[in-house]
Amino acid sequence: MFAWFGLVSFCPHTKVAGFAQHLKDGRLMGSRCDACGRVSFPPRADCPDCRGAEFTFTEYGGAGTVVTYTRIAAAPAGFEGRTPFTIGVVDLDEGGRLLAWCGETLPEAGLQIGQRVQVVPRLFEDCEEIKVHYTLEAPGTTWAKV
Amino acid sequence: MARVGIIGCGQTAFGRRSDATVQELAFEAWRAALADAGVEPDVVEATVVGSVPEYHKQRSLPGVIQEYLNLNPRPVWLTEAACASGSAALRTAWLEIAAGVHDVVAVIGCQKMTELETAEILALMGRVGDVQWESGFGTTFPGYYAMFARRHMHEFGTTSDQLAAVAVKNHHYGAANPKAMFRKEITVAKARASEEVSAPLSVYDCCANADGAACVILAGERAARAMGKDRVVWLDGMGCASDSMSVLRRTDLTGLPSARAAAAQAYAMAGVTAKDIQVADVHDCFTIAEIMAYEDLGFCGRGEGGPFIDARGSYIGGAHPVNLDGGLKAKGHPIGATGVSMTCEIVSQLRGECGPRQVPGASVGLTHNVGGIGQYCFVNVLRRD
Repeated sequence: MFAWFGLVSFCPHTKVAGFAQHLKDGRLMGSRCDACGRVSFPPRADCPDCRGAEFTFTEYGGAGTVVTYTRIAAAPAGFEGRTPFTIGVVDLDEGGRLLAWCGETLPEAGLQIGQRVQVVPRLFEDCEEIKVHYTLEAPGTTWAKV
Repeated sequence: MARVGIIGCGQTAFGRRSDATVQELAFEAWRAALADAGVEPDVVEATVVGSVPEYHKQRSLPGVIQEYLNLNPRPVWLTEAACASGSAALRTAWLEIAAGVHDVVAVIGCQKMTELETAEILALMGRVGDVQWESGFGTTFPGYYAMFARRHMHEFGTTSDQLAAVAVKNHHYGAANPKAMFRKEITVAKARASEEVSAPLSVYDCCANADGAACVILAGERAARAMGKDRVVWLDGMGCASDSMSVLRRTDLTGLPSARAAAAQAYAMAGVTAKDIQVADVHDCFTIAEIMAYEDLGFCGRGEGGPFIDARGSYIGGAHPVNLDGGLKAKGHPIGATGVSMTCEIVSQLRGECGPRQVPGASVGLTHNVGGIGQYCFVNVLRRD
């Protein structure tokens, strides 16, 4: 199921594969360690603090702040037809960090470090198979609106 | 712990080598290092090879190299730490001698990057980051360093002209290095006009894939003296640290914490501080990487890397001359060979052999070799006899 995540997938097998199903259903999930309560994004099965092996997905609101970004002109295999595209790194209000493409509501021309953004779950509509990801959008943008 | 020194070094010219296999490149460096050391192969007890295996059709490269160098049945293995694989090999050889297991060990760094088709390179390019959470968005090596550059510009006011000034310097010195891939001067205007790769980085902010090999021969102090070697360059400070694979776990996007940690170890072990470093070879895979290296190594303060290059602090005559061999930018970056080639350059500088690019009277030098986006960093302080 995790093969759904990302335009190109290198990593179909993981203990947090349920992340992709949640994303398809419009939910952005981090993980909470069942033993010590540590919350992680990206989610992880094995707690780096207490070494606990049990976790539960916990829903993220997805608001955050841009910490850096770039516009990629020279793209790797699988992304050639989409250049140039802009990716940003975002510090999430609820902890952890995420890297994603900038969506239509967040044009690169106006993008700034420190800008507030909303992470929105997305389906690749131009792919035949199920492919999910998330984009950075203007605050207030919801899953239903993109 | 035994003091360990370099008794000989050699390298191929860097660039496209469509005439040779990777083991043939390794042999060129090996032959040159033996001649430089003035020793025969029988004194070399073991070999360590630094290289990144994904680039070669040949699997398990050290086996082929050891055979081609005619060194069987002496021990050999590969070290891998991305673009710092050569320094990982050097450190492994140093450990073998310092631990008292061997007296003389050869280090081979080699890479033949042009063996791959463009499509294969583009596919590899897509797997440089964390493949689970980042690569699915099309991240690239220049992309990560571009994001460091963007953050550095935001926090410290660093400019694209300052990035270009690093490339201008490295091309200036590369033009005088017969081993360099690009041997021509450039201007800031030419660099700024080059095609965008990943904003704010353009073509002249990026080093080039290359083929090449480098070799150094290490000996313990007692063995070196017993062989009558009197122009040894000593590995007096050896630092090494790691950091997260994922940019999502980085605490700092304007420098490399692994470089600062490795530098602190190397300075402490050698009993020096940053101000004692008279010549350095640093990992300028991108121009921003050299700016960050100035700061991480303490050649200037945090955020002052841009003004440091503006003031020509890294030219001969400046406080800390850097990359007088042209750096990765102009010399070329055959990734496994790079750390060993940096070591060759500093050895040559400390012996006073560099002609027009020589720092007069240099006796203490440094290498700074980064793997990936700082997942690995090796900083070594070298001192001449």
